[in-house]
Amino acid sequence: MVKEIERAGIPVVHICTVVPISLTVGANRIVPAIAIPHPLGNPVLSKEDEKTLRRGIVLKALKALETEVNGQTVFDK
Amino acid sequence: MIRVVHYINQFYGGIGGEEKADVKPEVREGVVGPGMALKAALGNDAEIVATVICGDSYFNENIEEASAEVLEMVKKYSPDLFIAGPAFNAGRYGVACGSICKAVKENLNIPVVTGMYVENPGADMFKKDIHIVETANAATGMRQAIPAITKLALKLANNETIGMPQQEGYIPRGIRKNVFESERGSKRAVNMLVAKLKGEKFETEYPMPDFDRVVPNPAVLDMKKAKVALVTSGGIVPKGNPDRIESSSASKYGKYDIAGVNDLTVETYETAHGGYDPTYANQDADRVLPVDVMRDMEKEGIIGELNRYYYATVGNGTSVANAKKFAGTFAKELIKDGVQAVVLTST
Repeated sequence: MVKEIERAGIPVVHICTVVPISLTVGANRIVPAIAIPHPLGNPVLSKEDEKTLRRGIVLKALKALETEVNGQTVFDK
Repeated sequence: MIRVVHYINQFYGGIGGEEKADVKPEVREGVVGPGMALKAALGNDAEIVATVICGDSYFNENIEEASAEVLEMVKKYSPDLFIAGPAFNAGRYGVACGSICKAVKENLNIPVVTGMYVENPGADMFKKDIHIVETANAATGMRQAIPAITKLALKLANNETIGMPQQEGYIPRGIRKNVFESERGSKRAVNMLVAKLKGEKFETEYPMPDFDRVVPNPAVLDMKKAKVALVTSGGIVPKGNPDRIESSSASKYGKYDIAGVNDLTVETYETAHGGYDPTYANQDADRVLPVDVMRDMEKEGIIGELNRYYYATVGNGTSVANAKKFAGTFAKELIKDGVQAVVLTST
């Protein structure tokens, strides 16, 4: 799906837990997530801390969309 | 006697389903689960001395540590041969089988074999490193997979010559081998051309590699003005799954209106995905589809606008052809709606 969206001409960022799969599939902008059953959350945290964590990942994803890339890039910082 | 160690996931190990996918590796003496059929097919020349079992999510969330842990367990049994799976079309299981096979081959220098469906992401990742027997896409193909795996495994263990992929049943590894042909190249090429002109079947001697890569689009210039859409393969749907998206091998996607929705709650949204433990996504679907924080960012002016619709399917054994078709269709709508960027989340 990520490749078809890119092919259609829309920049896309893939937030995913298993980065090697995303690389194999062919995503160009990749942001690693937390865990398979809760990629953008962590149930051990309080509701507020969890939202902060999620916001951080989404901000990273938006940053990735604002960054020019030449090929597959993992934004893990 | 050939000593064999077998690797399987928590499901085949009888530990449990998705709710147990986070279990750490453990080792058991002898055969477990599909190891029974393997044992029968291996016959008297080989013995499964131990079975390592690990949760698929644990392995995939900690690929390096999990590989090291499993490798240590395998090493203790001084095997002559290592078999993993088969994983069919289970993505995380395929990645685990491929990773551990590669680690065992490189560190213990023994033959390794696994089995998967050709669309399993683990197949593309590891087909160059190891022998992966091509299987059906579901466990109903176990009866065909087991003899194919054991046949190739025993050949490797006995140091026999391994034939071409089609003949041995493994996924082509991209290895080129020099052989003498009875006819020279120009003649073979003309024969192929003649066959092609006649509309007959012919087989190329040099298949073109399939590099399906898409060039990245330019970056978003002004996020503050951009319309951003959410898409997920994590199966987030309105409660009750109105479109009846299948929990695996999805044949459709859903398009859902989130105008005025600021937060996905336990009462309003859930996951239709059958390939991961749904507990956390059902409690709070924002953990998979971050509508709450996107809405905040829209209000704060960090993004221009959150697209009125999000698109979702279940990425669990769903064929590549279907996924391509879904996204090809809704990408046109996204463009029509003026969407300038997409955030796609996967579990």
